[in-house]
Amino acid sequence: MSTQFTHRQHAHCESGVTANLLQHNGIQISEPMAFGIGAGIFFGHLPFMKVSGIPGTTFRIWPGYIFKRVTQRLGIKIHTQKFSNEAKAQQVLDEALGQGIPVGMIAGVYYLDYLPEAFRFHFNAHNLVVYGKEDGKYLVSDPVLEGNSVISPESLTKARFAKGFPEPKGKMYYIKEVPDTIDFTKGIQDGIKQTCFFMSSPPLPWFGVNAIHTLANKIEKYPKQLTPRQCTLYLGNIIRMQEEIGTGGGGFRFLYAAFLQEAANLLGKNELGILSERYTAIGDQWRHFAYSAARLCKARTSDLVSYTDLSKLLHDIGDKEKAFFKDLKKVKW
Amino acid sequence: MKTNEVPQDKEDYKGKSEVRKLMYATKEDGTYTQMNSEGWEVENLATKQAWESVLEDLQETEQQVKQGLLSPIPYFMQKSLMELPVLAKYMGKWQWQIKKHFKPEVFKKLDQKILEQYSKVFEVSVSELTNFGK
Repeated sequence: MSTQFTHRQHAHCESGVTANLLQHNGIQISEPMAFGIGAGIFFGHLPFMKVSGIPGTTFRIWPGYIFKRVTQRLGIKIHTQKFSNEAKAQQVLDEALGQGIPVGMIAGVYYLDYLPEAFRFHFNAHNLVVYGKEDGKYLVSDPVLEGNSVISPESLTKARFAKGFPEPKGKMYYIKEVPDTIDFTKGIQDGIKQTCFFMSSPPLPWFGVNAIHTLANKIEKYPKQLTPRQCTLYLGNIIRMQEEIGTGGGGFRFLYAAFLQEAANLLGKNELGILSERYTAIGDQWRHFAYSAARLCKARTSDLVSYTDLSKLLHDIGDKEKAFFKDLKKVKW
Repeated sequence: MKTNEVPQDKEDYKGKSEVRKLMYATKEDGTYTQMNSEGWEVENLATKQAWESVLEDLQETEQQVKQGLLSPIPYFMQKSLMELPVLAKYMGKWQWQIKKHFKPEVFKKLDQKILEQYSKVFEVSVSELTNFGK
């Protein structure tokens, strides 16, 4: 059984699945638009939340938020379900597929054996679409890949029930009903307002633009507080979160700038176009930061001066993002 | 990032070059477009470094197993890229219980049921698990 499902490659899993599922239901939405309406752009640095002994850094809002907000804001009815029983999870998936419904799901990438080994570590918040079953294998549309994939039921179950932090618990989701007309205007407005709130308002040092400065301060102290090996692993982790996991470049900054540009054209709002250009420049600064961080990693020396320089680069990015979101918030609707 | 700046640094490391990521870049007139990238040396370095660190630790652990200082459990745990809290979750046990199994003398006394459970989690056979390091 399989549904005619058009696989499209995107930069990022959740915004990519969102765009693909909505398009399957007749809604012409791009990945940048999904990302922007879903208020996906963010920054967080949690020095105390360590995975493999390395503090957590994120460039996007928490998993699941984008799909939820996009469907909510556009008036699309969805079904979501989690399971405690693996057999039941497969049964419900098969039932949905039998009805011709492509199903989005959360999975741990470690068990997705259609991915190359380089990407298979214990990350449990990956999104993909299963749109059919043929010859005992599931047909997969994973938005980070160029083509379609297949996976055995055993591997898919392992991926859906991967353990760790967080756990997918077999979560699946699909679209039930779409409205006759979709107006993106309010969705864009609400998405932007929400993003401005997330980036500018949290008084905590670990979220939003404040967190960029928090990280910059930490980086300056790395050579004093960590071994050379730890320094390179900590920096390496930031680079991977920014560029490796599928962000479209610059820690989602280019993807968000693309959204602002599209919104500018759709709504005839020139100021969004100008803001898009500013955010592209900020994305370039992030790329430069990653490049500089990689040079430090390669040198494998704890050069105090260099870490201070790197810290300064990041502080400047923090200042630019702060000014940017202040101005984005001022846009009149 | 302009379209002519999108890097194409192909790195054949653990299949990395099989995936050509999608990037967002601007054309000459400033409009955004999608473009595939074969890789960026910056990111390739970070990925390789992370994996090599895992391999370094793994080799160290292997030595300790061979010297009889550790049981095969921490080796296969690291090989599976798991940390203690994650392994404990897979085994449905407390972390302190798993840690006890790191001791060779405790591991020797584990019953078949637990060994089969570990083997399943590590995706190896029971004999591969018990014979490792000998």
